[in-house]
Amino acid sequence: MGKSETMKEGKERYKSGVIPYKKMGYWEPDYKIKDTDVLAMFRMTPQEGVEPDECAAAVAGESSTATWTVVWTDRLTACEMYRAKAYRVDPVPNTGPGTKTEQQYFAYIAYDLDLFEGNSIANLTASIIGNVFGMKAVKALRLEDMRIPVAYLKTFQGPATGVIVERERMDKFGRPLLGATTKPKLGLSGRNYGRVVYEALKGGLDFMKDDENINSQAFMHWRDRFLYCMDAVNKASAATGEVKGHYMNVTAGTVEEMIARAEFAKSLGSIIVMIDLVIGYSAIQSMAIWARKNDMILHLHRAGNSTYSRQKNHGMSFRVICKWMRMAGVDHIHAGTVVGKLEGDPLMIRGYYDTLLDTHTPMQLEKGIFFEQDWASLNKVMPVASGGIHAGQMHQLLHYLGEDVVLQFGGGTIGHPMGIQAGATANRTALEVMIQARNEGRDIWNEGPQILADAAKWCSPLKAGLETWKDISFNYESTDSPDFVSTATASA
Amino acid sequence: MMTNHGNRVTQGQFSFLPDLTDAQITAQIKYALSKGWALSVEYTDDPHPRNTYWEMYGMPMFDLKDPAGILMEVNNCRKTFPNHYIRLSTFSSVRGVESVTMSFIVNRPKKEPGFGLVRQETDGRMIRYTIHSYATDKPEGERY
Repeated sequence: MGKSETMKEGKERYKSGVIPYKKMGYWEPDYKIKDTDVLAMFRMTPQEGVEPDECAAAVAGESSTATWTVVWTDRLTACEMYRAKAYRVDPVPNTGPGTKTEQQYFAYIAYDLDLFEGNSIANLTASIIGNVFGMKAVKALRLEDMRIPVAYLKTFQGPATGVIVERERMDKFGRPLLGATTKPKLGLSGRNYGRVVYEALKGGLDFMKDDENINSQAFMHWRDRFLYCMDAVNKASAATGEVKGHYMNVTAGTVEEMIARAEFAKSLGSIIVMIDLVIGYSAIQSMAIWARKNDMILHLHRAGNSTYSRQKNHGMSFRVICKWMRMAGVDHIHAGTVVGKLEGDPLMIRGYYDTLLDTHTPMQLEKGIFFEQDWASLNKVMPVASGGIHAGQMHQLLHYLGEDVVLQFGGGTIGHPMGIQAGATANRTALEVMIQARNEGRDIWNEGPQILADAAKWCSPLKAGLETWKDISFNYESTDSPDFVSTATASA
Repeated sequence: MMTNHGNRVTQGQFSFLPDLTDAQITAQIKYALSKGWALSVEYTDDPHPRNTYWEMYGMPMFDLKDPAGILMEVNNCRKTFPNHYIRLSTFSSVRGVESVTMSFIVNRPKKEPGFGLVRQETDGRMIRYTIHSYATDKPEGERY
């Protein structure tokens, strides 16, 4: 194992006091990465006067074994192995003097596998995003990407159902699935709520969905919602001959209560339950194990993620959440629409989708993917595209997102001028006609609007939908985009 | 009669579109072949949403790469079972998929009576649901 020349050795290293992290052994530019190492890449903004190498070493130190001062008890351990090693620091393109942004660096850090408990996102994250984000040596810090070694992945269950089995169970292949969130998201009684579910499913959607903050409130308690919604689901299934579902949000104050609600959903014949990201990593893992044991698809709403994933200089990239959630075992996760109302640069979102769906992801800096990742046969997670999308964008959605995705048209179904069934029919027809055209080899990116207009001639719900939303788009500059263009050592 | 859009069973990729012509079916066959997928023709007179195993009209055509030949199988099946549901499915053997990749209906009965929902009231407000196909009250082969 190579060591940095800057590292202090022996007695000198363990003299009481405070020495730079670099000299404590957390900076090792000639470190040889092992296949079993967990790798992390951080975007750092060092405090003034902190050298980038020292800053990276501090991040490595604080996210592994270090404390602020030298401790002799290190010498009782194989401490060289347990120390994370910062092994590479690159300046981030288009930051620093002469730009609008303070100087940032990409710091690459390797962690030995033995630092982590198997099958525990909580343990992994307590190191990687634990104390380190509040450290004074960094002004801001963002976890951009991770490489999870196969050896560690194999300790996780992964998605309870996965894309392939979900499709087999639902008997739906070769096209995106269609869904919608019941609106208004709060205030409907159970009986009125189920009406929306029935209309949309009968009209042609595959799924309906609770919103993230529908749990058990005064206007609608959870059992009432479950009972009415399952009547709606089964009635729509009989009306169409298709398998259909409603994501029952079982999010609650305790895991015990969530499992009780999930059990009730199962007893009613629901094929899918839903949780929110805010329940926490361990609760998510517990629910995933329950879901695998009970033949249930597990939908995850990413409620809360934007508090730490949206700003480019601090927090973490959503692609890392995608990785952790695939390990934690969810089957669905909201991952962006590109064209809708929520944040998203097209290539970054493709990076999230690849992270969820690939069996093997190569390094692709343009998508913000900094590490090659072998997924070790973990099931695939179905990305969900939700928020401000409508039938008139079908060609763009298919172009950007592909066919392994749930397209969720909430307002775009329920707000249809001819009613909810017609709204669902418009979306389903637009989808089928676009899949047909794509498979026929037509250039849907350019011909899409014409393909939809032609279908609208024989499908009046589609005609009315296109007319209603023809000018709706959300064109704002993305706050998060990849920085890779002039990274000299990018391909190293 | 079914009361949903199109008054028909809407399984498969293209049930919301007008029935595909032979030329349109051929275009889909070509797409599947270009992906390296094997095609298969299956038929049934029990279109229950959870009836997974429709009868195979011969084995999946792993080695047939001629779109016209595959369309001929579709049409032979239609001749034999003019009043059954017939679907064309494709299979990918690629690692990480190894499953069905397309599936769409290419033939259906003239009249589709659809399904009833049987509600069995049990404890409290609990209901057990059964989706019942009206056609399956008759024996196989005499349903449509």
